[in-house]
Amino acid sequence: MTEPATEQRAIYTPLSDTPGCYLREPDDAHPPLDYPPYKSTALRHPKQPLVYLPQTMTEITGPRFGDVRAFGEHDSNLLVQHEGEPIGERITVSGRVFDTEGKPLRDTLVEIWQANAAGRYLHRWDRWPAPLDPNFSGAGRCLTDAEGRFRFMTIKPGPYPWGNHYNAWRPAHIHFSLLGRAFAQRLVTQMYFPGDPFFPYDPIFNSVTDERARERMVSRFSIHATEPNWAAAYEFDIYLRGPGATPFEAPA
Amino acid sequence: MIFPTTPSQTVGPYFAIGLPWPEGPHAVAARTPGAIRIGGYVYDGAGAPVPDNLIETWQADPEGRFADVYGYGGRSGLDGFRGFARSGHEDGDGSFEILTVKPGQVCTPDGLVQAPHIDVSVFARGMLNRCVTRIYFADEVEANEADPVLARVPANRRHTLLAQPSPDGYSFDIRLQGPGETVFFAV
Repeated sequence: MTEPATEQRAIYTPLSDTPGCYLREPDDAHPPLDYPPYKSTALRHPKQPLVYLPQTMTEITGPRFGDVRAFGEHDSNLLVQHEGEPIGERITVSGRVFDTEGKPLRDTLVEIWQANAAGRYLHRWDRWPAPLDPNFSGAGRCLTDAEGRFRFMTIKPGPYPWGNHYNAWRPAHIHFSLLGRAFAQRLVTQMYFPGDPFFPYDPIFNSVTDERARERMVSRFSIHATEPNWAAAYEFDIYLRGPGATPFEAPA
Repeated sequence: MIFPTTPSQTVGPYFAIGLPWPEGPHAVAARTPGAIRIGGYVYDGAGAPVPDNLIETWQADPEGRFADVYGYGGRSGLDGFRGFARSGHEDGDGSFEILTVKPGQVCTPDGLVQAPHIDVSVFARGMLNRCVTRIYFADEVEANEADPVLARVPANRRHTLLAQPSPDGYSFDIRLQGPGETVFFAV
């Protein structure tokens, strides 16, 4: 404790992790913060090495949902938040939240936000000339049930152009935010739709360089989950970090 | 069986549609005695403010206990203590601010005492994953000197983790890159 920590020590020497600690993820589990094809990363990624943080009580605990946000009646149904119905392809988006051991996470907060069917966000900064929909805000939230399930009713968002490079388009996506049950489990991601023709051209989607990992962000169309004569259905399961048996899990 | 995690993606520029809410920045009830404000700016590698920053914090109460989902570590007894704060704006100027109380000491699993600290997640457009840092308090000199996590941080960078006293609490700036780059952690 008396000698100054060197960077080597800072990164590789654990103090000791809490018994209820979370698995250390391999370096490529998430996209790199420095990813030149996505130009906005250039000035927004740290250049110094990350310092290893032992998981203490602060990292292995997390907020109670009821403390975080109050829920309204229509929070998980984005079709009924206004007087009229939004325009677009009605869909359900449902799935389960698991940890990496396959254990469902109950009572965890799932928050979503998205563009409307024309690919326009209800946000002051979104100025591309696609119509806003007076009947669509594009935000929802719910808690997972005892089996980790969540379910939203919404409309399928449209793709939209953005300024990253010439003729850049984002594939249609829904943003997902998950608190998990611990600070260590926090995840923000995006859910995509199967077979999107914009996939090969999107640096954000392709910042996840492993094809199988990218597939974990793509929802499945499910004819079984459709509501006949009402809504198509997409399913999306989410995996958050699970418990780590020791401070030094070998990378998978 | 071990399943791989779902990969992270950027929170994007439009998170204000879904994530902030009016009481979001309050880790404690507004009436809480001793409540303080902690605020500052998030800067990019060119020194420009990051207007679309989303900041989340998680911390113990003054007794070192948490408002944990399962009461792990002993339930906080502080009325209205949430421990979690979220700050983000539709039309931001790069600043963030939370209302909270100074946390107490939290032990490590092997019994070392940590100085008061707040865990912070930083999200923004252009960040494909969150960056994690910690707020420590510049006026906790002795506790900081004995803190086992600060001890791992190169001495010449520790100052980036110290919130400085301000008239109504503390100020804490986050520099994502470049001179004075904030120390970020691998959790």
